[in-house]
Amino acid sequence: MIHSVPKRIGQIKFGFISPKEFRKMSVTRVITADTYDDDGFPIDMGLMDTRLGVIDPGLRCKTCGQRAGECPGHFGHIELVAPVIHIGFAKLIRKLLRAICRSCGQLLLTPNEKTKYLEEIRAKVEIGHSIDDVVNTVFKESRKAKKCPYCGEEQIDIKFEKPTTYLEDKHKLMPADIRDLFEKIPDDDVEVMGMDPASARPEWMLLTVLPVPPVTMRPSITLESGQRSEDDITHKLVDIIRINQRFQENREAGAPQLIIEDLWELLQYHVTTFIDNAVSGVPPARHRSGRPLKTLSQRLKGKEGRFRGSLSGKRVNFSARTVISPDPNLSISEVGVPEATAKELTITMNVTQHNINDAKEYVARGPERHPGANYVIRGDGRRVKVTDKNSLELVEAIETGWKVERHLKDGDIVLFNRQPSLHRMSIMAHEVKVLPNKTFRLNPAVCPPYNADFDGDEMNLHVPQTEEARAEAKILMHVEHNILSPRFGGPIIGGIHDHISGLYLLTNRDKKIYKPEALELLKKSSIKELMEPAGYENGKPYWNGKQIFSMILPDGLHLTFQAEMCEHCEECTKGECERDAYVVIEDGILKHGSIDEKAIGAFKSKILDKIYKEYGEENARMFVDDATRLGIRAIMRMGFSFGIDDEDVTAEADVQIGEVLSEAEERVTKLIMAYSAGELEQLPGRSLDETLEMKIMQELGRARDSAGDIAGRNLGLSNSAVIMAQSGARGSMLNLTQMAGCVGQQAVRGERIQRGYVGRTLPHYETGDLGADARGFVKSSYKTGLSATEYFFHAIGGREGLVDTAVRTSQSGYLQRRMVNALQDLEVQYDGTVRDTRGMIVQFIYGEDGLDPMKGDFGTRESIRRIINLHSNDTVNHASHRAKLLALSRPNQSENQVHR
Amino acid sequence: MVPYHEILDEEELKFVLEHYNIGKEHLPKIKVKDPVIKEIKAQVGDVIKITRKSATADEAIIYRLVIG
Ligand SMILES: [Mg+2]
Ligand SMILES: [Zn+2]
Ligand SMILES: [Zn+2]
Ligand SMILES: [Zn+2]
Repeated sequence: MIHSVPKRIGQIKFGFISPKEFRKMSVTRVITADTYDDDGFPIDMGLMDTRLGVIDPGLRCKTCGQRAGECPGHFGHIELVAPVIHIGFAKLIRKLLRAICRSCGQLLLTPNEKTKYLEEIRAKVEIGHSIDDVVNTVFKESRKAKKCPYCGEEQIDIKFEKPTTYLEDKHKLMPADIRDLFEKIPDDDVEVMGMDPASARPEWMLLTVLPVPPVTMRPSITLESGQRSEDDITHKLVDIIRINQRFQENREAGAPQLIIEDLWELLQYHVTTFIDNAVSGVPPARHRSGRPLKTLSQRLKGKEGRFRGSLSGKRVNFSARTVISPDPNLSISEVGVPEATAKELTITMNVTQHNINDAKEYVARGPERHPGANYVIRGDGRRVKVTDKNSLELVEAIETGWKVERHLKDGDIVLFNRQPSLHRMSIMAHEVKVLPNKTFRLNPAVCPPYNADFDGDEMNLHVPQTEEARAEAKILMHVEHNILSPRFGGPIIGGIHDHISGLYLLTNRDKKIYKPEALELLKKSSIKELMEPAGYENGKPYWNGKQIFSMILPDGLHLTFQAEMCEHCEECTKGECERDAYVVIEDGILKHGSIDEKAIGAFKSKILDKIYKEYGEENARMFVDDATRLGIRAIMRMGFSFGIDDEDVTAEADVQIGEVLSEAEERVTKLIMAYSAGELEQLPGRSLDETLEMKIMQELGRARDSAGDIAGRNLGLSNSAVIMAQSGARGSMLNLTQMAGCVGQQAVRGERIQRGYVGRTLPHYETGDLGADARGFVKSSYKTGLSATEYFFHAIGGREGLVDTAVRTSQSGYLQRRMVNALQDLEVQYDGTVRDTRGMIVQFIYGEDGLDPMKGDFGTRESIRRIINLHSNDTVNHASHRAKLLALSRPNQSENQVHR
Repeated sequence: MVPYHEILDEEELKFVLEHYNIGKEHLPKIKVKDPVIKEIKAQVGDVIKITRKSATADEAIIYRLVIG
């Protein structure tokens, strides 16, 4: 293998290419617009001249003698009959025309001013600062001159008409005139205008020679019919050469000025669109089919352009993409891969004494049967495809030093990704589990870091190809390693939806669970023995839900916290909390409290956070696996459903809600009356109108809340929606309020709906009606259904939400790209400093405290308190528990690892 | 309001540069026309030490090279 020493780029300089240089780099002048002769052979001095490089197999390049594929291609050139403006410099040409004398070409500044600016520019260049400010002042100041300080010529203002016309008092300046004028600018003046005269003479902005790109960058393609189809750039070059020729013929024949100008204009058009086919004010050049041509700028610009499409990001091998679906029986660190995919993606095995038998097995199974092999690479480097026919032959021939491209199989490390990849948890390393069917399978507990759901989301999978890459993936990117988010120092992986409802149902209050049920609940976990029963009934032992959950907690775990459902009562009764919201875990036993989002939910889990930080990542992963499986089994055992009748409230409650709402409406009417009577008291810092709006909003908001309270109370704590909202599994009390109570005020930009007709929102209302219903208050609930006007207001409010998300995503995407570009090369060094690639210090200590935010506790610096607690809690006891736990960690795990 | 700025003397400067194994030019910069630089009368080429409050570490120390 060739190792090249990385080279450091010292400097990059931008300039214009001079006509001389264009001719020097050209291998031939192109004079004819034709490409191939009747025999299909490239014409000399045509656009496909073999000196420009070759694309047809069999031909040799006349410049470098190499064949197609080896020859890099070489530039040619076209001699333009008259100069034309390079569209990329149109604005700069305008600036220059305004800054210099129309007669002698000198910069319109006094010699003193010039020296002053020149010194400033040189000083800035010295320390590597931008000279833009100085240069802009130069242009601004020189434009003010009415008379040339050198030749005394009166100056005329230059008008610029897009895209390429410059007018001097309605008289059009021809590119040739401009070029002549620019030639007169002294080198010193060019430097004052911020350009380097050696590499950027202003007259070079007007093209007299046009480079012809090598054929290798504009290959023609042969269609199925045998017809050749040329590249867009070749088409454009044909146009340019044709017009150039006609121009010359006409000029030589002494055609009238008008015709010459027309042809000149046409040549300008073709050269402009050759460079950029999307200039405003220029109709884009089109293909015969009507499709706009893709010319030079179009190749570079935009998402699919060279920079973003081919250099920053490109398509890769050893990757797969398909729809995802959930599989709660997989571990969070596994990914289910369809067999068909596993047979397509390969890992290269280096055959050694130790694995030669395995390698032979793979090859023997061939490409069709699963863990098989698709290719072998012999000792001499030849790749041989494994087929059913030659597989046995190859098995015999395999020896150490060969390579085998074997199928992906269980336990292989792969990278799994979901776009948009906004944080590092968007790409994590998983272990493969080959499964039937056609989707990637993942544990729903890893949905939060990917922000995935199963409504049709697709994800990508990449197979690292080298031992180093696999090691890095496993050490740095493994799911286990990414349970905590560096964003807030808490777990980002954890239970969602039914996991939370399930464990809540299991642990809330005491439920009797007999042996068969208990065993069933814990069947899929690593627990092998039940604890002492809570009691006996008719001689049969029973356990409670808290005990069952305790089984999956590590020994020695001590934790106290308030559950998600805690109401933060004035005085917490702790263990006696009547909602069972005060969680106490002592030595791995759940003594009090219910398990809900705060305990095991993604983003919030206190238990997982503690286990990860004190028992290590593998135990944390095992806890998530066990907890989610237990949760799902629990919810299946107990049964949990939600239907339309779960939103029903009693007739009594209905009446109450109705009363609350009509009282509120009355109060709103009174407010409006007080307002019209001028009796409304103005709030400080608000106008009278604003005061009224605020008071009405307050009144209606309160009404909606109390309607929700009535509905919530009426539904009771056993209602499934209430359980889900309280435990944090899904939905909120607001959702419930809107379903069963009252949808409430619809808002646009935080205000009641004002827009629509003159003085009113809809023709259903009187002009100037400020009442609740006329301004978008929805009295109905989703259950009862909305009236026509309410529905309309609801759509208005809903649309704002959609627009907001659309705008937000596009804006944050752009921001993200800019942040990544600015920060991607910064690195935390071993001495704790943050430096860029030049070694410039950005931070003296990373984050000013040198701490890894992932390892802090929910973004606080309170880890120290936890560590002190940890060590004061009977250290010896804890260490022994820990040792036990490690010994216990999954006997079947080691089985999987044998073949890796 | 304004964090504490002071000019580093030769010895301290040598220590800082050796500690980070850098030259002066690798430090963050501050302009000589910055009001605080005028206040402490630092010159172009001086290195100043800024002691300021930090949200993560209670106090952070930053060095900057004064430039023109
Ligand atoms: Mg989705
Ligand atoms: Zn060549
Ligand atoms: Zn002049
Ligand atoms: Zn409480």
